[in-house]
Amino acid sequence: MKTSNSKKQKNDNKPLLTLQKAPTGIAGLDEVTGGGLPKGRPTLVCGEAGSGKTMLSIEFIVRGAMQFNEPGVIMTFEEQTEELAVNVASLGFDLQKLQADKKIKMDYVHVSRSEIRETGEYDLDGLFIRLGYAIDSIKAKRVVLDTIENLFGGLKNKGILRAELRRLFAWLKDKGVTAIITGERGDGKLTRHGLEEYVSDCVILLDHRVVNQISTRRMRIVKYRGSLHGTNEYPFLIDEEGIAVLPVTSLKLDKGITSDRISSGIPSVDEMLGGKGFYKGSSILISGTAGTGKTSIAANFADGVCRNNARCLYFAFEEPPQQIVRNMRSINLNLDKHVKAGLLKFFAARPTLYGLEMHLVAVHKAIQQFKPSVVIIDPITNFVSIGSLREVKNMLVRLIDFLQNEQITVMFTALTLNDMVNDQTDEAISSLVDTWLLIKDIEWNGERNRGLYVMKSRGMKHSNQVREFVISDSGLELIDVYIGPDGILTGSAREAQVIQEETGVAIHNYALSRKDREIIRKRKVLESKIASLNSEFESVEEELNKVYEEEELRKQILNKNRETIQSIRRGSENKDEPKNTGK
Amino acid sequence: MAEKKGVSGLKKRKDIYVMRLFVTGASPNSARAISNLKKICEEYLKDRYELEIIDVYQQPAIAIDEQVIALPMLIKKSPGMERKLIGDMSDKLKVLKGLEINAVNL
Repeated sequence: MKTSNSKKQKNDNKPLLTLQKAPTGIAGLDEVTGGGLPKGRPTLVCGEAGSGKTMLSIEFIVRGAMQFNEPGVIMTFEEQTEELAVNVASLGFDLQKLQADKKIKMDYVHVSRSEIRETGEYDLDGLFIRLGYAIDSIKAKRVVLDTIENLFGGLKNKGILRAELRRLFAWLKDKGVTAIITGERGDGKLTRHGLEEYVSDCVILLDHRVVNQISTRRMRIVKYRGSLHGTNEYPFLIDEEGIAVLPVTSLKLDKGITSDRISSGIPSVDEMLGGKGFYKGSSILISGTAGTGKTSIAANFADGVCRNNARCLYFAFEEPPQQIVRNMRSINLNLDKHVKAGLLKFFAARPTLYGLEMHLVAVHKAIQQFKPSVVIIDPITNFVSIGSLREVKNMLVRLIDFLQNEQITVMFTALTLNDMVNDQTDEAISSLVDTWLLIKDIEWNGERNRGLYVMKSRGMKHSNQVREFVISDSGLELIDVYIGPDGILTGSAREAQVIQEETGVAIHNYALSRKDREIIRKRKVLESKIASLNSEFESVEEELNKVYEEEELRKQILNKNRETIQSIRRGSENKDEPKNTGK
Repeated sequence: MAEKKGVSGLKKRKDIYVMRLFVTGASPNSARAISNLKKICEEYLKDRYELEIIDVYQQPAIAIDEQVIALPMLIKKSPGMERKLIGDMSDKLKVLKGLEINAVNL
């Protein structure tokens, strides 16, 4: 008690005394419980056989001992301590070593009705003493009793047992240890023997359901006195690293927002999206019918991200990673290089491997470990095989939410099965995503071509044009489609149209030059005509001039003659006369 | 481990009852169990029993070795199979049955 008091003072800086919590160290559980289990109080963990009760409690003790320096006592009523050590060794927990280091103490309590006769009044002091001894010997702060209800099988007198259990839990509280008591789920009750009546500070219910042959583990905090807690069912996963709980529905729309852009890896797609690509931290949906190149776009995106030295996590739910790498080589993408550089990581699993929630947990875990800046999920469609549309949508909502909180850009691919409904997509997540690219088959003229549309792209200018999406040896490319009187032309029809237009231009040019030459010729003809007319005019003019000159000349000569004659007639007596006429 | 010596020393006589009674200090159940058991032993097993009374509070480690849960608890080591009896030994018939004492006059 003394040690726990001093600890309380250390932690307690707030004037208001709130419930102290003991962190479990179990991924996600501390978030759901708002910090851990109630410190110094017992918690009931109940569930059916195989629901993970023992795993949860052992992890609580082990993590307490290893991470929080709180030694713990494991009192097991079911499994021998050696068996237990072997069972959890697969999780990397070395119970024997921890026990040798005095970090934990294990005690196996064995009670068998066949070996014991009851001869009158008794109590469970033996259990108290053992537990007290174990706690004191390592100064334990945590205790697990797994599964104490087994005592009901070993001892007949239920009245005594109940009274003693009540006393035990009170005693544990007095001891100030944080305890987990496990109990098997009973019909219509949380536990078979009503332990919830005694342990009422915190009750956690574990569940293991199999729907459509796929199992999902779930956890729910039934009650938690004096503390806020998540009330939903949270899926959890037991894998090689222990338990991971997913606090899935922390749906707050208060994400941090950035206006940074991230390239799609295909310049022409970026161009359609205002020239810069997607927003960082946004969600992108690529949908299209089979074989339209969704994976190719996704792989291009991954390639682009990795080339910028950012990390990309690729969840392949359809093809094995090696196959994707091989296939992408055919369009001039070397993903292998990025994988080797540690920038690209594939995470492949069949959707049917486990339930949706478990997938979500697995995806979360992988993301938290790899810390990518881009996540690709290819495709989401296959999840429908393990859950209803509504469930898939719920899962994706949670996933998108988580990713956006982490500022991770996510790209989903989705297979559209029926062209009639593709405006909504099968998973109906189009309202959730920020950018939606649709690849549509354009079937015309005996061939199938791909048309890429930007269905929506929130908060950016984007092209409304259909582009033909061409996958070639050198990569992906978008080409403007030809829109003519016959509608949209793609593929060879587009090529044909282009050739036809080129021919037209050539013919037109030829016609033009011929006309030009004719004009030149005409001009030459006319010019020569003009020249001859000019010379004709000149000759006529000259003729006319000649007449005038002759006449003038004649006039002068006549005048001269007349004067001469007159002078001759007058003689030389009138000398002034010729002068006057001359004037 | 002094009590083990006593057991082995007494094992020579086959019909000797070697018993250990685990109690918790002077609790009412423990006190009743001690007096009840002593009465039965004196009545049916006079001079052929060895009874060791252990206060679990004093030796908690023994509680783990002997799988002590409910107290008081009596363990009959010999003769025959090991038997465990719990309670204050007030049910005489059950105690005798548990210890496999053939009491003809019961």
